[in-house]
Amino acid sequence: MRLGFATLLSVTLALAACQREERDTRPQSSLGSGGQPTPVTTLEPGGQRPSPSNNKAASFEANAFHLSEGKRLFGWFNCSGCHANGGGGMGPALMDQKWIYGSSMESIHATIRDGRPNGMPSFRNKIPDDQIWELAAFVRSLSGNAPSSAAPQRNDDMMPHPSENRMPDAATLGKSP
Amino acid sequence: MKAARQLTARCAQSGRARLTRAARQYAGLSIVGAMMLACLPVLMAASESPSTPAISPPASAAPPDDGQWTMPAKNYASTRYSELAEINAGNVKNLQVAFTFSTGVNKGQEAAPLVVGSTMYIVTPFPNIVYALDLSKPGAPIKWKYEPNPEPAAQGVACCDVVNRGAAFADGRIFFNTLDGHTIALDANSGQPIWNIHIGNINVGETLTMAPLVVKGKVLVGNSGGEMGVRGWVKALDAGDGHVVWTAFSTGPDKEVLIGPDFKPHYDMDKGKDLGVTTWPPEAWKIGGGNMWGWISYDPDLNLIFHGTGNPGPWNPDLRPGDNKWTSGIFARDPDTGAAKWFYQWTPHDLHDYDGINEQILLDMNWQGKPRKVLVRPERNGYLYVLDRTTGEVLSAKPYGPVNSSKGVDLKTGRLMANPDKKTGTGKVVRDICPTASGLKDWQPSAFSPKTGLLYIPHNNLCMDEQGVEVNYIAGTPYVGMNVRMIPGPGGNRGALTAWDIAAEKPAWSLKENFPVWSGAVVTAGDIVFYGTMEGWFKAVSAKTGELLWQFKTSSGIIGQPVTYRGPDGHQYVAILSGVGGWAGAIVSGDLDPRDATAALGFVNAMKDLKNATTAGGTLYVFRLP
Ligand code: HEC
Repeated sequence: MRLGFATLLSVTLALAACQREERDTRPQSSLGSGGQPTPVTTLEPGGQRPSPSNNKAASFEANAFHLSEGKRLFGWFNCSGCHANGGGGMGPALMDQKWIYGSSMESIHATIRDGRPNGMPSFRNKIPDDQIWELAAFVRSLSGNAPSSAAPQRNDDMMPHPSENRMPDAATLGKSP
Repeated sequence: MKAARQLTARCAQSGRARLTRAARQYAGLSIVGAMMLACLPVLMAASESPSTPAISPPASAAPPDDGQWTMPAKNYASTRYSELAEINAGNVKNLQVAFTFSTGVNKGQEAAPLVVGSTMYIVTPFPNIVYALDLSKPGAPIKWKYEPNPEPAAQGVACCDVVNRGAAFADGRIFFNTLDGHTIALDANSGQPIWNIHIGNINVGETLTMAPLVVKGKVLVGNSGGEMGVRGWVKALDAGDGHVVWTAFSTGPDKEVLIGPDFKPHYDMDKGKDLGVTTWPPEAWKIGGGNMWGWISYDPDLNLIFHGTGNPGPWNPDLRPGDNKWTSGIFARDPDTGAAKWFYQWTPHDLHDYDGINEQILLDMNWQGKPRKVLVRPERNGYLYVLDRTTGEVLSAKPYGPVNSSKGVDLKTGRLMANPDKKTGTGKVVRDICPTASGLKDWQPSAFSPKTGLLYIPHNNLCMDEQGVEVNYIAGTPYVGMNVRMIPGPGGNRGALTAWDIAAEKPAWSLKENFPVWSGAVVTAGDIVFYGTMEGWFKAVSAKTGELLWQFKTSSGIIGQPVTYRGPDGHQYVAILSGVGGWAGAIVSGDLDPRDATAALGFVNAMKDLKNATTAGGTLYVFRLP
């Protein structure tokens, strides 16, 4: 039993480690993944909650390469100009627990690709689709929503806040455990 | 009451003689009775011989006060001085709320309310609603309301909250700008739009936040966008139908900057052909900033307007070697044609986002024994400049707070001596640079009293660390390339109201404030200075001593411009918009996260506790004596 557990654990860890180091060095450049537009609300007549799911989301979110690429692209495409290093400025803070358009990978992907009405530009035709997923995964890491084993660990620049792999889950901030 | 008012007026007249230090101290003592307070210091002063020469704005730019407030700066000389004296040091403690009005917008309220006849006009931050309030009726009900419905997307490209600095009144019309790049003329009586012209393109990051100035039938407007790689300009629009009469860019070839044969800059550094091109790397001037989002003054005698130019873009200076003309400087132009007469560059090759767009107060005074027409500018880089406004020659440049980013101004060459230790660049963290990117003083306008000869400067006291980073130009997104983290300046107080003695070139007194003083100031013949704090206190202090005479806690932090006017009932009123925001208050109005030191271009780091001190709001407060 004990042995079984240990094996399971080590296999899981090994698998996780594999995924962590996976690199897709030729990101898919075709646009507009997810033919279905992502719902921007959790309110659905009939009592059903929308369940947007795209298996890309999971694979990008747990992957160190994608997350660190996301971090690089966050500066490269001037996201940081409007959102600073997650604390916000011209655009809202991305490291807090407040989401206007949803915190899921799919919602964030849609936000970046299609823009949002109050000043979030649409990066459709500017950023290849896989890189949008990388950005979305990095955005989630800012609020502690990426596995710490995969999230970026240090900054090459001035450290504006603790590194992403040490970010607390924003949803639990300020609440007693 | 009436007798007392007359007496006050008479005393105030004889009080034009400057007060001695003793008299000033005396005025600071607590006083028994309003009449005594009004007269005692003045009588004492009258027995002394006036020592300092008078300083006053040119009459043509500051006509006698009619009790109205038709432009944010009060007059073309931009004194923000009111001759009303019903409210004075003796009775100001009795001020009470006459009425309040919610603007319905919880963003930074930087605008000055205007008063024309018996109507007050307010323009809100985005969505830039204009309200006309009827002052002749109890409670000042809404007379009309105009909603321009600007594009919501404009909010994303406004660098530092979605503010608007006010409207301007002329010839029966209200002129104002919308965040999404429109200038609109409304009929002041009915609120009906007369014209609406689209001059700013949000898709390249261009917005309009400044208050227009109307000069000789032309509405002068400039663009914002210095953090988005927007090329700066000033336009003159015809007040009649809104068509563009002239456009003067801040960068590029001389003919687009409207530099021609009349251009005679005082210093060699500003002489040469097409400097707006040659002082930049190839093509960089096209995305080089120099935006004009601040204040314009006008001298009718010289027929010149004076306006500053904003910071060069991007902030990271490695991407733009050269002096980056004509950014971070000041132009004198002919209002009819826009033709430049002179230029002076406060901060050549700016390293720290020192926009040069602050207010300029036009004054006539004796300078070293000679009468001079001067222009006084408390500049973002930390110096209080006195310029000869006919030539652009610098007569004086003294720091009015802590400055280490430069070592003074060379009065021979006119050049700011940048401190090499504080030079920023890619990959390098430079620490403890004072003042910050927001300057020793940002847009928040100061006020000048001819009675005291003092300039009342609301300002910041902050320092910062900066690190240049790579940045790509993508139109419509920020073009900054700098990580910034601000901290409180020496002494720990993040703001101050400093009374600057222009003739003596030194401060007379200074009041410390916990937060940056991001509100404007106004000063009256009653010798009161009004200003607000970011906690929400609206304060009245003695113009002579700085003594706090009265304060009132408003619902939100104050970053607006106080004004004072004579109401339809003949009495003096004081008005201020309360509602925190702007760059300094973006942490609250934009609900930013204080855990990121670089949020709001680094300002959030210095304002971490503001969320505990105030909340967003948007309310007009109007005060009067009982
Ligand atoms: C020009 C400024 C600007 C740029 C550049 C920008 N954003 Fe935004 N962003 C905004 C604004 C403003 C909003 C809020 C939009 C709204 O409320 O409708 C926003 C919203 C968002 C949201 C949604 C937040 C929520 O609470 O739901 C995400 C996620 C986001 N941006 C990510 C990014 C990423 C990633 C980039 C770079 C590819 C980027 N942004 C670039 C201004 C910007």
